Amino acid sequence: MLSQLDKKGTRNGVAATLLLVVAIYLGSGKLKHFDPALIAYTSATVFATFGIVYRYSVWLQKPPTAMYWRRGWQLFMRPSRLPANCLHLLRLLVQNIGLQKFISNRDPLRWLAHFLMSWGCILAVAVTFPLVFGWVHFEADPQNQEYYVAMVFGTAAGRFPAYSWVGWVTFHILDFCAVAIIIGMAIAMKRRMSDRGAMSVQTFGMDFLPLIMLFSVCVTGLMLTVSALWLQGHSYSFLALLHAFSVIVTLIYLPFGKFFHIFQRPANLGVQFYKQEGRETEQAVCVRCQQPYASKLHVEDLKVVLKELDMEPEFEDGTHYQDICPACRRKLMAINQREAIGGHGYL
Amino acid sequence: MENVFIIDPARCIGCQACVQACSECGTHRGTSMIHLEYIHRESTIQTTPQVCMHCENPTCAQVCPADAIKQNPDGIVHTSLKPRCIGCQNCVLACPFGVPKYLSDADQMIKCDMCYDRTSVGKRPMCATVCPSEALYFGTLEEWKARRRGKPVNQWRFGRQTVTTNVYMVLPESAPKEVRIDVRLKDVVSIKREEVSV
Repeated sequence: MLSQLDKKGTRNGVAATLLLVVAIYLGSGKLKHFDPALIAYTSATVFATFGIVYRYSVWLQKPPTAMYWRRGWQLFMRPSRLPANCLHLLRLLVQNIGLQKFISNRDPLRWLAHFLMSWGCILAVAVTFPLVFGWVHFEADPQNQEYYVAMVFGTAAGRFPAYSWVGWVTFHILDFCAVAIIIGMAIAMKRRMSDRGAMSVQTFGMDFLPLIMLFSVCVTGLMLTVSALWLQGHSYSFLALLHAFSVIVTLIYLPFGKFFHIFQRPANLGVQFYKQEGRETEQAVCVRCQQPYASKLHVEDLKVVLKELDMEPEFEDGTHYQDICPACRRKLMAINQREAIGGHGYL
Repeated sequence: MENVFIIDPARCIGCQACVQACSECGTHRGTSMIHLEYIHRESTIQTTPQVCMHCENPTCAQVCPADAIKQNPDGIVHTSLKPRCIGCQNCVLACPFGVPKYLSDADQMIKCDMCYDRTSVGKRPMCATVCPSEALYFGTLEEWKARRRGKPVNQWRFGRQTVTTNVYMVLPESAPKEVRIDVRLKDVVSIKREEVSV
C-alpha cells in the first residue's frame, strides 16, 4: 500500500504537514493557548493537509497540468512584466475568486448559491482554523472585565465590549456563515432535484454528499447556538460531539471529492496569463485554410503534451494534426468520406 | 439490443434541424453543441454535421489539465465539469474531430454529451431524432443494416495516432477497418489531391 504512494506527493505532503504542526506549536505559544478539547479537529486538519498537498502534487505531474504550471509561472515571473502581472492578478482575484463573475454568466441563481456557500465556508474557515490552532483566542481585559481582548499569536490585536454589537457579531459570525451556506445549499439542492440536465449526470458521491456534509456541519453548529441561548445548554455535549463528527468527516473528505476543486480552480488564474501572452504573440495559421485559429505558443505546447501522452498525430510528410484548425478537422471527416465514396453522392 | 450512433456526412442536407434541436436538450440549456460545417461554400452545397465521436481513449480528457472531462462506463464522454474546467481550451485544440466548443462568457468548454438526459433513459439524442435524411442515426445496428448500404467504421488514424470511437461513420464496404485520415485533400472534388504548402 505505502509503496504505491507517489514519492513526490508523499514528500510534499509530509513537508506541508510538518510545517503546519510547527506553525501550530509556535503560533499557539508552544501550545499554551491550544485547547486540548479541539485535538480531534486539529488531527483531521493535519490529515486533510497531507491529503490535499499529496493529491495536488500528483495532479501537477500530469503532462498538461505540468505544462500550464511551468508556463504560468514563467510568464508571471518575467521581471519586465511582474508589476503589471501583480496588478492583473489582483484584478483576477477580485473578479474570479471574490465575485465569481464567470458563474453569474452561466446562471445568476447558480452564482447566488455558489457565492453564498463559498463565502460562508471561506469566512468560517478563516475564523475557525486560527481558533482551533490556538493562533487566536479571546481573553477578558484585566482592567475591565466587561471588555474582551482578541489575542493574535499571543499579541493583543484589539479590544471590544462583550455586550455590544461588535461582540455579538464576533461571537455569532459562524452562525451567519451557517445561514448563508444553508440558503446556498437549498438553492443548489433544488436545482439538483429539478434540472433535467443536472439530474441525468449527477451522482450521490460527487454531488449530493458534499451538500449533505455542509448541511450537517451547519445545522449541528446552529443547534449548539440554540442550545446555549434558548435551551439552557440542553444536550450541548451531545450536540458538540455531533458537530465535531460532521466537521471531521468533512475535513477528511476534502482531498477526495468535489471540494478539491477549491484548490484546483485557482489554476484558472495562471491560464489567464497564458491566454494574454497568446493574444499578444504570434498566431498559428491553419495549413489548410490559412486562417489563424490559436496562439502559436499554445499549439506548440500542446504538441509537446501530446507526445508525452503517447498521442502523436504527426503525418509522414511532417504535417502535424495540431497545425490544422478545428473547423478544417471537422470538414476533413466529410471530405475523406467523399473521397472514399468516389465523389459527391451517398451510398 | 444496443443502440449505436452512426453519422453519414454525405447525407447531410444542411437543414440545421440538428443545430436547433441540440440546443433544446435538457443538458445543453439553450446552447447548441453540434457543429454544422459548409465544406466549400463557393463550389458545393455539401455540409457536414459533427457530433462528439465519444472516443474510447478521449484525447480531450487526456490533455485536460484540470481533470474536468469524465467518461461514463457506457463510453459517453461528458462535457466539462463546471467546478473544474479552467477554460484553457486544450481540449478544443487537441480533439482530432474538432468537437469541443469554448464559451468565453462562462470561461468554459462545452461539448456534445449525446444528450445524456435522453440516451441514458433509452431515448434518441435530439439531433438524430430530428434529422430528416438520417445523416445522424441512432438505433440498433441491425435496423441500420437492414435498410442502408455501406459499412459503419469507428477506427481512425491521424498520423501516428489511432483513435477508436463509440460513434461510427458510414463508408463503402471496401473501406479498411482502420481509416487513415488524409489531410492533403482539397475541398473541391474536381481538384485532385495536391500537397498543401505547410
